[in-house]
Amino acid sequence: MTYDLVVIGSGPAGMSAAINAASYGARVAIVDENPVTGGKLLGQMHEDPDFEWWIGENIAREMTSEVKKLDIDTFLEKEVWGIFPQWNVMLHSGEQLQASNVLIATGAAEKAMPLPGWTKPGVMAIGAAQTLTNYHRVKPGHNVAIIGVDPLSLSVAHELKMADVNVAGIFLPPSNALTSDKSSPMQIIDDLSGMAHLAPNRLMKIAGKMAKNPVMKKAAAKFYPSFGMKVWGIPLFLRKTVLAIEGKEQAETVKTAKIVQNGQLQQENAKSINVDCVCISGGLYPLAELASSAGCAFAYIKELGGHIPLHSPEMETTQEGIFVAGNITGIESAKVAMAQGKLAGTAISDRLGLLNNPQKAVTRARKEVEDASEQALIQFQPNIGYGREKAEQIWREKADL
Amino acid sequence: MRINEHPVLGRQKKNIVNITCNGVDYEAYEGESIAAALLANDIRTLGYSEKGKEPRGIYCGIGHCYECRVMVNGERNVRACMTRVKDGMRVESQSGELL
Repeated sequence: MTYDLVVIGSGPAGMSAAINAASYGARVAIVDENPVTGGKLLGQMHEDPDFEWWIGENIAREMTSEVKKLDIDTFLEKEVWGIFPQWNVMLHSGEQLQASNVLIATGAAEKAMPLPGWTKPGVMAIGAAQTLTNYHRVKPGHNVAIIGVDPLSLSVAHELKMADVNVAGIFLPPSNALTSDKSSPMQIIDDLSGMAHLAPNRLMKIAGKMAKNPVMKKAAAKFYPSFGMKVWGIPLFLRKTVLAIEGKEQAETVKTAKIVQNGQLQQENAKSINVDCVCISGGLYPLAELASSAGCAFAYIKELGGHIPLHSPEMETTQEGIFVAGNITGIESAKVAMAQGKLAGTAISDRLGLLNNPQKAVTRARKEVEDASEQALIQFQPNIGYGREKAEQIWREKADL
Repeated sequence: MRINEHPVLGRQKKNIVNITCNGVDYEAYEGESIAAALLANDIRTLGYSEKGKEPRGIYCGIGHCYECRVMVNGERNVRACMTRVKDGMRVESQSGELL
C-alpha cells in the first residue's frame, strides 16, 4: 500500500497532522496500537480559566469523525515494529505501508519510579488511573494514595476526587538513585511553578510565587507543615514520603515517614495508612524508539523530558521525509501537540506540492505552535521554553556544519 | 467500582457483554479493556509472576510493562490493558508457569 504520508500514533498530534495533510489532498494512513483513535486525549480534561471544561474525549471524537470524512486509512490494533528506507512502515500483522513521508507521533510514556511493593496489584502508573477513571469510568480504587508531586499527579488527584474516589494524600517518593530530583521538597516547589498561572486555588498560586524567590523557597521547604495542606480537599504532603507499599495479595497500606529539615527521614515514627490503590507519578518522557531505529539524530534535553529527535522548524528530523510532532518532541499539553501536528501536516503538504502559498501557511502554523505553548495552562516540564530553545540551537549548529 | 454519574462527563451508555474470568461469569461493557472490566468487578490480581509467583495487576495501562498478561480463549500472554472484551470471552489468570 502506497501513501503520501503515514502517521504513526492517533493522538492529538497524529490526528491533527493527518487531517491537515488529507484536507490539502494528500493520501494519508494512520496507525495506532490501540483499538480506538484519540491516544491520551481520551482520558484528559481540565477547566479553562473561563470555567468551561475542556474534555479530551470530545475533541478526539470530533477529530475521529474528520479522519473518517477525509477517507484516511486507519489501521487500529497494529504495532509498528520498524521503519525502513525510504520509507517502509512495517506493521506487526505483516502489512507494509510505503510513503515518501512518515510522521512519528508516538507521544510519551511514564518514567518508572520503583519503590518497595510497587509490583503489587492495586499499584499503578498515574496515567493508567487517569484513563480508567475518565475514559473507562472505573474507579482505580476507593481509597487512593498518590506518590509523586507534579502537574499530572495533581490533575489526576482532582479528577479522582470528582469521580467520588477518596484520595488519602499526595506524597513525595522515597529518595533513591532513580527519584533524587522528585523527592526533595525544594525541587518540588520549583517544579510546581509551572502551575502557578493555572492557579486553580490559592496553594498553587503560593507555590508558584515561592518558587520564584530563592529565600522564600528555602523557607517554604523548611516550614511546610508535615501534616500537609489541603488542595481540593486532598492532603498534599511536601514533607512526607512513602517508604513502602505493603499488603499480602494486593496493596493494603502505605508506610509513610516525615522528612525532617536537613532532608533526613524520621524512620522511627513511620505511619501506615490504609489504601486499596497507589498511583505512582514519575513524570513523562518522549517515546522515541522508532525515530531512533530509523536513524534520526537525537539530543538529551532535560527540560523537554529526555532524549528527543532533533528536528527542523518544520518538524522534519535529520532523516529526510521523517517528521515528528507532539510529546515525542518534548512534554507539553495536548493543545501544543495539535498545533505541532498541524505544522507538520502543512510542511509535508508543501513537500508534496499541494499548497498554493506554502510560505504563508507554514509561517502561520508555526505561529500557532508558539501561541499554544505560551497560552498553555499547565507546564508539565519546568522551563520548557528554555528546552525548546536549546533544541533549536543544536539543530542550527548541526545545519551549519 | 463503576462511575455511573460523573459531575462533568455525565453518564455513559454502554452495551453489556458477558465474559468469564477463571470460570466465573462477569458483566462487562462493550468496548472496554479486559483490565477495566475486571477492575469494575473488583478483580485486581490478573496473574502471578514467573519468578517468585507474586501477584500482578494492571500497572502502566499502555501496553508497555506486560504486567497484566492473561490467557484469553486459550491464548497466552494477552495484555489485559490493550485488549477489548468480547461477548463470551474466556479470561484466565496465568499462574507463573513457564510454557
